[in-house]
Amino acid sequence: MATITPEDVSHVANLARLEFDPEETQHFTEQLGRILDYIGKLNELDTEDVPPTSHIHPLQNITKPDVVKKSLPIDAVLENAPETAEGYFGVPRVIDTQGN
Amino acid sequence: MSLYQLTVHELHEKLKEREITAVELTESIYARIDAVEPSVNGYLTLTKALALEQASKADVGFQNGNEMPPLAGIPIAIKDVICTKDVRTTCASKILSNFVPPYDATVMTKLQRQGAVMVGKTNMDEFAMGSSTENSAYQITHNPWDLDTIPGGSSGGSAAVVAADSAICSLGSDTGGSIRQPAALCGVVGMKPTYGRVSRYGLIAFASSLDQIGPFTKDVTDCALVLNAICGKDQLDSTSVDVPVPDFTKSLIDDVQGLRIGVPKEYFAEGLDAEVAELVHSAIQKLEQLGASLVDISLPHTDFAIATYYIIAPAEASANLARYDGVRYGYRTEEPVDLMDMYKKTRTEGFGQEVKRRIMLGTFALSAGYQDAYYRKAQKVRTLIKSDFDAAFEKVDVIATPTSPTPAFRIGERTADPLQMYLCDVMTTPASHAGLPGISVPCGFVKSGLPVGLQLLTPPFDEETLLQTAYTYQQHTDHHLKKPEIAQTEGEI
Repeated sequence: MATITPEDVSHVANLARLEFDPEETQHFTEQLGRILDYIGKLNELDTEDVPPTSHIHPLQNITKPDVVKKSLPIDAVLENAPETAEGYFGVPRVIDTQGN
Repeated sequence: MSLYQLTVHELHEKLKEREITAVELTESIYARIDAVEPSVNGYLTLTKALALEQASKADVGFQNGNEMPPLAGIPIAIKDVICTKDVRTTCASKILSNFVPPYDATVMTKLQRQGAVMVGKTNMDEFAMGSSTENSAYQITHNPWDLDTIPGGSSGGSAAVVAADSAICSLGSDTGGSIRQPAALCGVVGMKPTYGRVSRYGLIAFASSLDQIGPFTKDVTDCALVLNAICGKDQLDSTSVDVPVPDFTKSLIDDVQGLRIGVPKEYFAEGLDAEVAELVHSAIQKLEQLGASLVDISLPHTDFAIATYYIIAPAEASANLARYDGVRYGYRTEEPVDLMDMYKKTRTEGFGQEVKRRIMLGTFALSAGYQDAYYRKAQKVRTLIKSDFDAAFEKVDVIATPTSPTPAFRIGERTADPLQMYLCDVMTTPASHAGLPGISVPCGFVKSGLPVGLQLLTPPFDEETLLQTAYTYQQHTDHHLKKPEIAQTEGEI
C-alpha cells in the first residue's frame, strides 16, 4: 500500500467535490496517512483465494413488478430544493453563453 | 415512581387499565425533559404539539376499550437520521439543517400504526459517523451518569434520553456499533437486529451494507416489544429479508439451561479496561451459574475488523453522500460562480471534519489504482471475519463479550486523534461485518460510577436466543434498574 501525498489529497478532494486550503491539505495528508498506515495491517493476511463479501445475505437481482405506482407530488419533491424553476430543480448556469 | 421512570410494559398495563392517560404520560415526559435536558442535551428537535395529538388519539382508543398495541401512547424518541414526514431531519449536519422530509421512514409508519407517540429527534454524530456524539454540528450530548463524559455514539442522543428517563424508549441506528456502544456507556439496553430484519427505507444512508435500525430500552422485555413493532420485509427496501418475524415476547423465558456460550479470547486481550473485564467476566459467570455452559473460542480475525470497517464504511459513505450537492435539498452555498463551484462550496461548507475525513478516505479507497489494494482487500477480509463467526456458531449458541473496551470517556478526550476514536468500535464492528444481531445489556458499574455493557451475539435471524439469554440475565441482576442522579446545570442550551 502506498503513502499518501498532498497531491493525492488534492486529487481525491476534487473527485469528492471538496476544497481544502494548503493548511487543511497538509492536515488531511497527515491524518489520512496515519489511518492508512493502520489499515495497512490488512496486508498481513493472505487473501489470494478468499472471495469478497459485498453483502451479507445471498441476495441477487431483486426486481419489482413493472407496475406504475403513485409517486410523491412534484411540489412535495421540490419543497426542499434551494432553487426551483418551472417545476424543476434550479442550478447555476451550466452552459457558458459567452462562447468561452 | 413517576410515570417517566416506568417501562413500556409497565405503562401499557396502566394505560390498558385506564389508571393513566397517554396525555398525562406525555406531559410527564416533557416535564422531565424541562428538568434534565439543559444538562443532557439529547434532543435536537422536540415535537410536543404533535406528540400530544398522537397521545390524545391513543387515549380515544383506550377509552373505547379497544385492543391497543403495546406501543400505543408510549413516548418514543427517534434518532435524527430517520426521516419523519413534516418534521425536520438533520442527521446532525449543517448540510441538512433545513431538510423537512416529504415522507416517513418505514419504521415511523410502523410505529404510527401501533399508536406510538414521537417525543422528538435525538442528537447524533453527523451522518452517524463517530463514537461519542461529539461530531454533531449542533450540540454536545452529556452522559447522564457523569455529565463530563460522552454518551457514546453515534446514537448518543437516543441512548442518553432513555438513560435520563426523558423518553420511555428510542430508536437508533447501528453501522459499526452505534446502538450497542452508546447503550453500554449509558447503562441501557440497545439492540442491533440482524442486517435485513428492519427496513432501511427512510434511514438516511451511511454504509448501506452495514446500517440497521434498532431500539434502546430500559429492559429486555421492552426491547422485544419494540422489535415486534419494527421488524419485517418491506417492498421499499430490497435488502430487507423475507423471513418470518416471530413474536419476540415469546422469547422472554427465564432459562439458559444447556445454552452454550462462547467466550472469544480476542475480546479479552490488551486494551481492555481491567474493571470492564472484571464486570463482564462476572456477568458471564452469572450465566454459567444459571445453567449455561461456557466454551472458550477464538475469532482469529477480530483484530482486523477496525481496519476493514474503516475502508468499507467510508467507501460506501463516499458514494451515499455524493447526493448532497445543493441541488435537490439541504444547504446550498451562496453566490457560486458556476455549477462545479456550487457543488464544491456547498459540500465544503456543509459537511463537518469527520464526514469530510471519511468521504476522503472512502473516495481514496475507491479511486483508480487503489480499489483492489484497499476496497477489494477489505471485502475479502470481511469474508474471513464472517467465517470466524460461522465456525464459532458450529460450537456455541451465543457469544458473550464486552460491548466497549472502556466506560465512557471525558468530553474532548479523544477528538484530537481520529484513529483513537475509531478504536472505540473494536468490540462491535466484527459482528457488523457479519450482519449478526447483537444486544448490549447493563452488567454493572466501575468504581467511578459509570455503567458497563455485556454484548451478546447470535447467528443471523436468531434474535430469539439473544433475547432469551439477555432476559434471563436481567431476571437475576438489577444493574438495569439503577438510575443516574442527574446534576442539574443552568441554562446550557
